[in-house]
Amino acid sequence: MQPFSTHTGVAVPLRRSNVDTDQIIPAVYLKRVTRTGFEDGLFAAWRNDPEFVLNQPAYSKGSILVAGPDFGTGSSREHAVWALQNYGFAVVIGSRFGDIFAGNSGKAGLVIAKVDQDVVEQLWQAIEADPGVELTVDLNERLITGAGLSVPFAIDDYTRWRLLEGLDDIGLTLRHEADIDAFEANRPAYLPKTLPARTAS
Amino acid sequence: MGKTLSEKIWDAHVVREGSAPGEPDLLYIDLHLVHEVTSPQAFDGLRQAGRPVRRPDLTLATEDHNTPTLNIDQPIADPVSRTQVDTLRRNAEEFGVRLHSLGDLDQGVVHIIGPQLGVTQPGMTVVCGDSHTSTHGAFGAIAFGIGTSEVEHVLATQTLPQARPKTMAVNVRGALPEGVTAKDLVLALITKVGTGGGQGHIVEYRGEAIENLSMEGRMTICNMSIEWGAKAGMIAPDQTTFDYLEGRPHAPQGDDWDAAVAYWKTLRTDDDATFDVEVDLDAAALTPFVTWGTNPGQGVELGGVVPDPASFADATEQTAARNALAYMGIEAGQRMADITVDTVFLGSCTNGRIEDLRAAAKIIEGRKVAESVRMLVVPGSARVRLQAEAEGLDKVFLAAGAEWRAAGCSMCLGMNPDQLAPGERSASTSNRNFEGRQGKGGRTHLVSPPVAAATAVTGHLTAPADLA
Repeated sequence: MQPFSTHTGVAVPLRRSNVDTDQIIPAVYLKRVTRTGFEDGLFAAWRNDPEFVLNQPAYSKGSILVAGPDFGTGSSREHAVWALQNYGFAVVIGSRFGDIFAGNSGKAGLVIAKVDQDVVEQLWQAIEADPGVELTVDLNERLITGAGLSVPFAIDDYTRWRLLEGLDDIGLTLRHEADIDAFEANRPAYLPKTLPARTAS
Repeated sequence: MGKTLSEKIWDAHVVREGSAPGEPDLLYIDLHLVHEVTSPQAFDGLRQAGRPVRRPDLTLATEDHNTPTLNIDQPIADPVSRTQVDTLRRNAEEFGVRLHSLGDLDQGVVHIIGPQLGVTQPGMTVVCGDSHTSTHGAFGAIAFGIGTSEVEHVLATQTLPQARPKTMAVNVRGALPEGVTAKDLVLALITKVGTGGGQGHIVEYRGEAIENLSMEGRMTICNMSIEWGAKAGMIAPDQTTFDYLEGRPHAPQGDDWDAAVAYWKTLRTDDDATFDVEVDLDAAALTPFVTWGTNPGQGVELGGVVPDPASFADATEQTAARNALAYMGIEAGQRMADITVDTVFLGSCTNGRIEDLRAAAKIIEGRKVAESVRMLVVPGSARVRLQAEAEGLDKVFLAAGAEWRAAGCSMCLGMNPDQLAPGERSASTSNRNFEGRQGKGGRTHLVSPPVAAATAVTGHLTAPADLA
């Protein structure tokens, strides 16, 4: 994963609540076996609507999404994160996120910047007053600046540290392999194993 | 101070407590379920890093999301779906993972086959690259959905770094009235608390109405925990749980059974434990419940009317309601029971178990599916299908004019050919009424199995009690 410190880019106002991961990318686009190429499916149901925000020239190069509450609820598909990244988004700002989506974002390197909903409203108004305006998201300082605003955002310490360092989670865990071995040695015998396979008679 | 059920299980699985500020606990995973959609990139990651699957014997894979429910003895027609399923088969072979493929007697929706095989047991940690993994919490397990990066992490290490969630209790007082199901209960709950109401919490469902539910009903409730944003949902194990598990292929046997039951009996929230949040619900006041909108929190009593967007307190919810009504093609004030459907879907990890099929068959027996309606009955697993056939349920559905299909996720998410066409409207026993979930432009009303069956008969949303 690439380390992340600061990102500056065009902010895109997505004035909708409850944008679930089926809206971010519908199931029919999930059939690829790679991590790339999912930009085609991003917000697929809305992309044919000329009014849709990403179809407006000022926002077409957007890389910071300012989303409504409960963004990324629903399915666990990490494809939703990949679709946003494949399209060019590096940050999503919002007030509330689906837990699994937020977790997946942290693993894949998409920054989830949490602010209160009234800050989202301020950002929406400021962006819409100046379409195409750029914001800067500073992960070190946990600060969003631009469009005449300067607002702090929340992100948990551990995710922030991993993103700043660009660390691979599996590598971090394997540093503690001895702890895993020790834990495994003490698991009760009655716990189920899937192998050898048993089946109903 | 005492501990809650989820705290007991969490603490029993901490391999290593976080030491740095904000560092999550490293949690051991007892069972990892795998399917074709969220695993290919994870296996690729292992290959690139030269890592094996650490515990193939704690891993179980099946094919369910893409698989067709017709002509399952033939190659999958859609080449992209076929590639994804073939990729899982190659990965399972290469990494030594047990796989139940299409056509195998133990194939089915991943959350149906785990309990059915007895690999889901109380006190465990269970994960899967699928948000409805919360289903397994019905056994008193901590079970949650994960993304593909985490799938790779579990395959490689059998652990996951996880921040400790907060705890919540849902206390369901009283008994469910006749004709009101677990599905109605959970739909009513989600409308009460909202789709984000459970974010960051492991929820324990408690109270008389929950204790009286069968394992199937408990799985329906826990399954939909994610629909109100909960990290996981769970129910303390009891005699109902033990009776369900005893004799299943992977249930403990002999002395192991006794040791396991002795431990399982300790898996209860202590009397002096406290939850971060408690929510109360009165089961006795519930009636059949359905959704009118485009998220599972937009629900109403089937006997009620489509709500007026202006009736919602907050501006965002008002906008969401207006968008939902426009998408659904219905109007505020319209009676829910007047909404006509052209499709009925009975199945999914929410309501695709044998008890669900029995409940629907009981309503539909001796009646006919309305001519304007196509009804798909998709058992949750190959064994549920066999069981239903042994009980003659297939004949009941076929005689009524419904289609009897092979097992899989099917129209719950429309990844296989079972989809709604634009503008089509379903009454569906599945878990999500999101825009386009069952097919682009399709409109979904979430319902219980008895309401699905009654609706199939009349062609409009109908409670069984209102059938002539």
